[in-house]
Amino acid sequence: MPRRIVVPFGPQHPVLPEPIHLDLVLKDEHVEEALPSIGYIHRGLETLVTRREYPEYVYIAERTCGICSFIHGMTYCQAVEKLVDCSVPERALFLRTIWSEYSRLHSHLLWLGLFADALGFENLFMASWRLRESVLDVLEETTGGRVIQGSCKVGGVRRDIPGETLERMRSGLDTIEREAGEIADVFLRDDSIISRTRGIGVLSREDAYALGAVGPTARASGVGIDLRKTGYAAYGRLSFSPVVETAGDCHARCIVRVKEIFTSIDLIRQAIAKIPDGPVEEKPKKNPEGDYFARSEQPRGELVHYVKGDGSRHLVRSRIRTPTLTNLPSLVRMLKGCNLADVPVIVLSIDPCIGCAER
Amino acid sequence: MTQDDQQTTIIEPLHLLGKVEEFKKKGCRLVQMHCTKAGDTFEINYSFDINYEFSNIRIITDGKTEIPSISGIYWGAFIYENEMQDLFGIRFAGMNIDFSGNLIRTAKKNPFADPSFRGEKPCPDA
Repeated sequence: MPRRIVVPFGPQHPVLPEPIHLDLVLKDEHVEEALPSIGYIHRGLETLVTRREYPEYVYIAERTCGICSFIHGMTYCQAVEKLVDCSVPERALFLRTIWSEYSRLHSHLLWLGLFADALGFENLFMASWRLRESVLDVLEETTGGRVIQGSCKVGGVRRDIPGETLERMRSGLDTIEREAGEIADVFLRDDSIISRTRGIGVLSREDAYALGAVGPTARASGVGIDLRKTGYAAYGRLSFSPVVETAGDCHARCIVRVKEIFTSIDLIRQAIAKIPDGPVEEKPKKNPEGDYFARSEQPRGELVHYVKGDGSRHLVRSRIRTPTLTNLPSLVRMLKGCNLADVPVIVLSIDPCIGCAER
Repeated sequence: MTQDDQQTTIIEPLHLLGKVEEFKKKGCRLVQMHCTKAGDTFEINYSFDINYEFSNIRIITDGKTEIPSISGIYWGAFIYENEMQDLFGIRFAGMNIDFSGNLIRTAKKNPFADPSFRGEKPCPDA
């Protein structure tokens, strides 16, 4: 006779880098239902927008996440720039694109390391994070910050990258690409990784779309949504195709992130080749008035920054819809019917960022 | 399709479910829902996307009236509705999963419903 029990999973668990709690309703070893709850690190960042002038809030927007911080700052700036009648210089748009893609590289390599660690593959964890260090070195050299860059501002960027540094970055990409190739080979072909991830936590294409999944979680299920295709920043001048897989399982989500590393390297190369000369910032002409939704593609998926202004220096509202928040319903669906032992791998496969989700 | 193409339509709460059904039938995905305190009222925004075409509908409520849940149409909407319930105190009727105020645990109940101050005034909690 199977027994029904409820197992609390998290908020503290070895596989969780950040706190989320799941009530797992089990029938023997099978998960019948999973109910998430968050709120352990809610910071109320959105309300701070009324207490800081709109140019200062960029720093707060950046601190929404400790991984994709640059993209948060950039997306907030994109939203405000629509309200202050400001056209960002071309060179600044290319610089934003370059830093966004380096952020994606460092986020994906961080996730690959964590994923390897969750599977008990410590050497692979160390190899992924060693490579990530070389990406962080570039971010530090060009922005002054490894994780929080502070280089984006309303109207452009705070600092330029000199031509010789861009050249060095371009040659450094060859090394990153070669080393990423070695790591990728293990993630894509290793038997132990495949046996722990293939066919686990399957999310169908229909479910992914209906539940609002975004980013690699959606693309691994065959939903080819990638906001970079809307052409924000300099993406409209670069060519790429979103990485799409169809299996919808944990391995497919891993494959998407591995392949996206190479897409990012290619996009950085294109951006460095095409970056024009010129200024890197333009002054806003007025205070923000009206409202606007800016969307971008974070490493974890679609990010939305909504801002509303009334013509003063303080915005009325900032709303940040992060990819993890919208991927939670998909996670609930993936966990249904899985084995208890697979829960950590499935949770990690959506690359949850609870700091982002709670703000 | 660039992101400049955005439209927001204000509708009556009475027509909410019908309008959301229309988006669902068109094959749109639910991008997000959020609430904004606007004076004494609350604006609730529902955003949809199909092929990067972004549409937004808005209802305006007093914060006390119960709003019909759209989680029967978009299952994943429960996450946004619970968030608004916890942060703004907006009540939704017929949610598929109701955390009853326990999705986002905050020290103060419905902290976003009444923003205490704005601008350069000192923080009242200091």
